[in-house]
Amino acid sequence: MARVKFLCDADRCIECNACVTACKNEHEVPWGINRRRVVTINDGKPGERSVSMACMHCTDAPCAAVCPVSCFYTTADAVVLHSKDLCIGCGYCFYACPFGAPQYPKVGNFGSRGKMDKCTYCAGGPEEDFSTVEFEKYGRNRLAEGKLPLCAEMCSTKSLLAGDGEMIATIYKERVMKRGYGSGAWGWKTAYKETVAI
Amino acid sequence: MLTKRKSASASRARLSGLAAGLASGVLDRRSFLRRSGLAAGGVAAIGSLSLGAVRKAEAGPVVAGVKSEIKKNVCTHCSVGCSVVAEVQNGVWVGQEPAFDSPINRGSHCAKGASVRELVHGDRRLKYPMKLVNGEWTRIGWDQALNEIGDKMNEIRAKSGADSVYWLGSAKFSNEGAYLFRKLGAFWGTNSIDHQARICHSTTVAGVANTWGYGAQTNSYNDIRNAKTIVFMGSNAAEAHPVSLQHVLSGKEMNRANMFVLDPRFTRTAAHATEFVRIRSGTDIAVIWGMMWHIFKNGWEDKEFIAQRVAGMDLVRAEVEKWNPEETERVTGIPGEQLKRVAETFAKERPSTFIWCMGGTQHTVGTANVRAYCNLLLATGNVGVFGGGANIFRGHCNVQGATDMGLDITSLPLYYGLVEGAWKHWARVWEVEYDFLQARFDDVPAKSGRPARSRKENMELPGIPSTRWFDATSFNPDDVDQRDALKAMMIFGHGGNTVPRMPDMIKALEQLELLVVADPHPTTFAAISGRKNGTYLLPICTQFETDGSRTASNRSIQWGEKVVNPIFESKDDYEVIYRLATKLGFADKMFKNIKVENNRPVPEDILREINRGGWSTGYSGQSPERLKAHVRHRDKFDLVTLRAPADVPEVGGDYYGLPWPCWGKPELRHPGTHTLYNTNLHVKDGGGTFRARFGTVYEDKKADGTSTTYNLLAEGSYSKGSELTDGYPEFTFGILKKLGWDKDLTEEEVATITKIGGANPDTVGWAIDLSGGIIRVCLDHGVLPYGNAKARATAWNLPDPVPVHREPIYTPRTDLVAKYPTRPDGRQFRMMNAGFSVQKAAVEKGIAKDFPIILTSGRLVEYEGGGEETRSNKWLAELQQDMFVEINTADAASRGIADGGWVWVHGPENKSKAKVKALVTDRVGKGVAFMPFHFAGWYQGVDQRGNYPKGTDPIVLGESVNTVTTYGYDPVTGMHEGKVTLCQIQAA
Repeated sequence: MARVKFLCDADRCIECNACVTACKNEHEVPWGINRRRVVTINDGKPGERSVSMACMHCTDAPCAAVCPVSCFYTTADAVVLHSKDLCIGCGYCFYACPFGAPQYPKVGNFGSRGKMDKCTYCAGGPEEDFSTVEFEKYGRNRLAEGKLPLCAEMCSTKSLLAGDGEMIATIYKERVMKRGYGSGAWGWKTAYKETVAI
Repeated sequence: MLTKRKSASASRARLSGLAAGLASGVLDRRSFLRRSGLAAGGVAAIGSLSLGAVRKAEAGPVVAGVKSEIKKNVCTHCSVGCSVVAEVQNGVWVGQEPAFDSPINRGSHCAKGASVRELVHGDRRLKYPMKLVNGEWTRIGWDQALNEIGDKMNEIRAKSGADSVYWLGSAKFSNEGAYLFRKLGAFWGTNSIDHQARICHSTTVAGVANTWGYGAQTNSYNDIRNAKTIVFMGSNAAEAHPVSLQHVLSGKEMNRANMFVLDPRFTRTAAHATEFVRIRSGTDIAVIWGMMWHIFKNGWEDKEFIAQRVAGMDLVRAEVEKWNPEETERVTGIPGEQLKRVAETFAKERPSTFIWCMGGTQHTVGTANVRAYCNLLLATGNVGVFGGGANIFRGHCNVQGATDMGLDITSLPLYYGLVEGAWKHWARVWEVEYDFLQARFDDVPAKSGRPARSRKENMELPGIPSTRWFDATSFNPDDVDQRDALKAMMIFGHGGNTVPRMPDMIKALEQLELLVVADPHPTTFAAISGRKNGTYLLPICTQFETDGSRTASNRSIQWGEKVVNPIFESKDDYEVIYRLATKLGFADKMFKNIKVENNRPVPEDILREINRGGWSTGYSGQSPERLKAHVRHRDKFDLVTLRAPADVPEVGGDYYGLPWPCWGKPELRHPGTHTLYNTNLHVKDGGGTFRARFGTVYEDKKADGTSTTYNLLAEGSYSKGSELTDGYPEFTFGILKKLGWDKDLTEEEVATITKIGGANPDTVGWAIDLSGGIIRVCLDHGVLPYGNAKARATAWNLPDPVPVHREPIYTPRTDLVAKYPTRPDGRQFRMMNAGFSVQKAAVEKGIAKDFPIILTSGRLVEYEGGGEETRSNKWLAELQQDMFVEINTADAASRGIADGGWVWVHGPENKSKAKVKALVTDRVGKGVAFMPFHFAGWYQGVDQRGNYPKGTDPIVLGESVNTVTTYGYDPVTGMHEGKVTLCQIQAA
């Protein structure tokens, strides 16, 4: 079985935000919720680098470890998903996540949180594939259609890679060999407890 | 802080920023709407009810079991030409898939391209025609709107003349729409017809065409994969053309190419460069001459290339000698050693490509800048080769095509110009009488000591550039060189915040008798002035709601398929132009050879008419059938060469999108031209030479009575397989006869040529030969119909034949003005260009002391152009909620300005000011500030949201940079100075 992963090649990312709007477009994500976002360090200075961040679908997901209602589960493809029916919006997962992936809609005037929302790797949720209820809670289920996450498919410079971990590691490795330098695969080790061997 | 470009505030920034933004005029108006059906508690906050048009997203999800149709179109934003694949169910655009088969974008998009589906949800679109009645927006019907507009136009025509109506067209038109609009202007009888190219690359077109023939990108985005050295000057492609970076960065990685970014700002493109060179804004010529000083001094130039293919380089060399490293550093601020390194790399590690955008073009010396860039390429032999060339990145999805179609005050379609021969050519194509067209123009009486003009003279005189329509409106009519001042603006698809001196523009807007805005959005024009009446808004659909072709920056033409029907009551450009022409009484003549169905001219038929007349630029071979076949077989084209293998059905051997010139009739199956002027290829494989456009010799007479004669034809250089092995002039029937090649013409071709030539058939040139015979015969003999010339390093017909550095009008370096003044005042394009007087006054008044900071402008990735469309797109608007000014940390510290705080930016003219947020950053150097140009809806601190018709206000509003920008126009094209002015910034 494939083990799907994300990899952002920070030498290619130009902070164009295509991944962000592709996600919004695909899942009709409301204003204020960003399942994916681009973070830039050293903005405006030499060494400026951007990296596109979302849920990394960790091997040993910290969000799942702290969830008091055990709403997280990992699919056969190694996608970390959660059930919005179980989620109580407590926010623990936000504190546990090293990538800032969990998002919470604001539901009242006093900062009360709604159910957590995060990147699904375009894999929907526990509901039946392609059902309306699945779309409304989690967005489109591209994985079940045989497609990959749209953010990576639409990445302007092919910086953001998604797919089977072995395969994208190979692509990245070839790229680094060719260009002779690499900034490291952002977040890869944190999420997957391994390095891309070059 | 939603001035977003700040690093430290990573994950929580967006949410906390959203809250911080609550006080900023956008979010305090927002209410939270429960998204019905989202049982799990998701909440949508899109805008406030009082602003109208908040609704649940009705498109999507894809409904299982309903048949999905796939429609292929092209992104409507920048000029890269990314294919868009739309999934449509029951007439609703429900999903967007990556177009992996496109060789241009291979599935990729930027933020704008990945969110185009939102454009046809149309939350904030203009929904029906509207009219301003005593200051209130009122809904009207199409018939009433067009009747009233037409009546008023005719009234103005009778009173003030045809030239008093200004036609401002659009780079968002399809080729067919642009062509119809140009034709409409010709039939109305004025040359004041323009579009966005005026303010983005008009100086490029003028500078490049005057150098080597055609004013377009010589190579392609894909071809940059072949480059060994890549220079960006005045281009921030990472934000303005994000998908182009896919090719640039791939090429950089594969070839380990050098990538230099020369810019006043450390842009996001610079962040990926191998070296960043910070220059002072407006000193491009000094920078280039400083580079060439090293090249000539060390003998790094390509001597063979110069000898064979370049004329007048000796005069450039003489000017370059003045730019030793000390003087160059004094003027530009670049350390000598650094520039030497760039020069050496560019000259030695070839092929080298030079990329420029509006940082180079939007200057009082824009044309001269462009000419300097061309000279650098010519001196190093980097033109006409794969991996080299002038890779000019155009700005809009069809700005190349709209330029080609002649939405230009100086030309009819396809660069025929305005001379009698051009009018007669198009009269033949349109099958109307030349005299009829001439009669449509005004004759102009003598005034203010200027002679009168006949109709014919007026017909051949360029119109008023879009950068100065407001001067032509508010000036004393005696100072405007036509019958009367402007009285009406017909604005199709053009933003209102895109030209400097907005305070002056607003005054003129209020003086107009008629203002028509035909656009998917009301635009700034509708909201910014105090007009009460005589204003009409016509809802035009986007290119996703109609079909037609568009030309990407690399000259590839792509057919776009209608995705959904026009939403609300909007109509496409074709129908509106047709109905307007009907109302004005010349539709029968104008659409004589174009099929019209239900008031809508058929775009395929319009393209066929373009094919029948577009010989000069090779727009003749791209029939709708061929273009549609290219869309079907997109996956067959090579990523680097853009060529399909010879054995592929329908498109075998073609370059993708048949990049012009695609010579001869479609039946000839010319493959298009991937790289211009490439002598390594046969003309039938897209090879070429420099165009013989300026005669065969030039005698340069000097003031001392001596003269030098330059041979303008190539020497010993010719395209592969050419039967003529030296330079040759452009072809006429007479030259064919001399060569004995006229025997290859068919009888019908000779008959057509004879008919066109009348008494002098020998003078009929290749470009007006409607049979295409001369071109066909030329191709068979391996020669270029336009001749084989040298490129002109010196362009003797331009104000500065060899570019010379000239200080910007508002320069902080007043010490340099005496040595490098701007050009003297002069009348251009029917009005006075008083740049010299303005510069002199600015120096004398000590403007640079009160306004010590250079202000420059540019793009953000999320928005485009004037920004009305993109700021109305909720997926984009969320990413960039505030207008801001980038100010250097030192300048901010000395002014007590905090990052994220409100500041006033003051301009040196009209006591102008703009209230924006400060983004304190070292991205800009000390003494430099940067503002994006996409914002509007605030004016000098006042929120104008209420001025938009209800429900059509963009989600994000902000101050326009052009409220504080200033005077300055290029003498060749009327381009405005958009990149250098002065300002002062203070905490608000």
